[in-house]
Amino acid sequence: MSTQPRRRRLEVEDIGDVAVVNFTDKKILDEQNIQVIGEQLFSLVDELGRKKILLNFRNVEYLSSAALGKFITLNKKVNGSAGKLILCNIDPQIYEVFEITKLNKLFNIQKDEQTALQSFD
Amino acid sequence: MRNWRKDGPFELTIASDLEQVPHVQDEITLQLQSHHFEDRDIFGIRLALEEALVNAIKHGNREDRAKKVHIQLRMHQDRVDILICDEGPGFNPQQVADPLAAENLERPCGRGLLLMRHYMSEVTYHPPGNRLTMSKVRANSNGTK
Repeated sequence: MSTQPRRRRLEVEDIGDVAVVNFTDKKILDEQNIQVIGEQLFSLVDELGRKKILLNFRNVEYLSSAALGKFITLNKKVNGSAGKLILCNIDPQIYEVFEITKLNKLFNIQKDEQTALQSFD
Repeated sequence: MRNWRKDGPFELTIASDLEQVPHVQDEITLQLQSHHFEDRDIFGIRLALEEALVNAIKHGNREDRAKKVHIQLRMHQDRVDILICDEGPGFNPQQVADPLAAENLERPCGRGLLLMRHYMSEVTYHPPGNRLTMSKVRANSNGTK
């Protein structure tokens, strides 16, 4: 059981009808934080009904397989509601993690936020 | 409870508490930095440690805080050796489903071992599977990985 205070792990900004998500943590490693990040991401789809979601990784320096699992579940949820999930601004070291796991084939990954936003059209 | 020994290998023992993991990573990162490991190596070792420690705490000790995870770090000129033992029943790594198989690509779990094997030069689970040794050859030695 965690005694860690439950704080916001994401900042969500609306750009048009796209929910642009920025991570407040540089390391999406810590198992406790990942649970909270997962819940906050899933609520965008399950509770707020968002269909276009952009995950901006510009602040992220580390992530683990548990974080990848949350993104996969989010992708399924978004696809299940006929929405679209795009990832952008992934640091080369982090991108390698996507390549190793072949998840670069599963996710729509764009170079930067501008290109990603245009890819929703 | 953590104890660095002042001579010989660095050793520490933690309770089966996931909140301990970043502290272990931070301490080992400091050791790697003080031994001039490159950032890319540190990135990979840190990630491998995360996966190994989470496996030991969650799947090995089932987060039973009465059970401990033991970590040993041994520095060599060309590499670092890491030993992680949990007090669980162990597992057979050959029975872990291939996360790269098409039918498993969308499974949200099962990639930890793959990442450990990619980033470390050598990864071995010793029977019954609750004792892990892994090594990383320095990028700035003649090693290739």
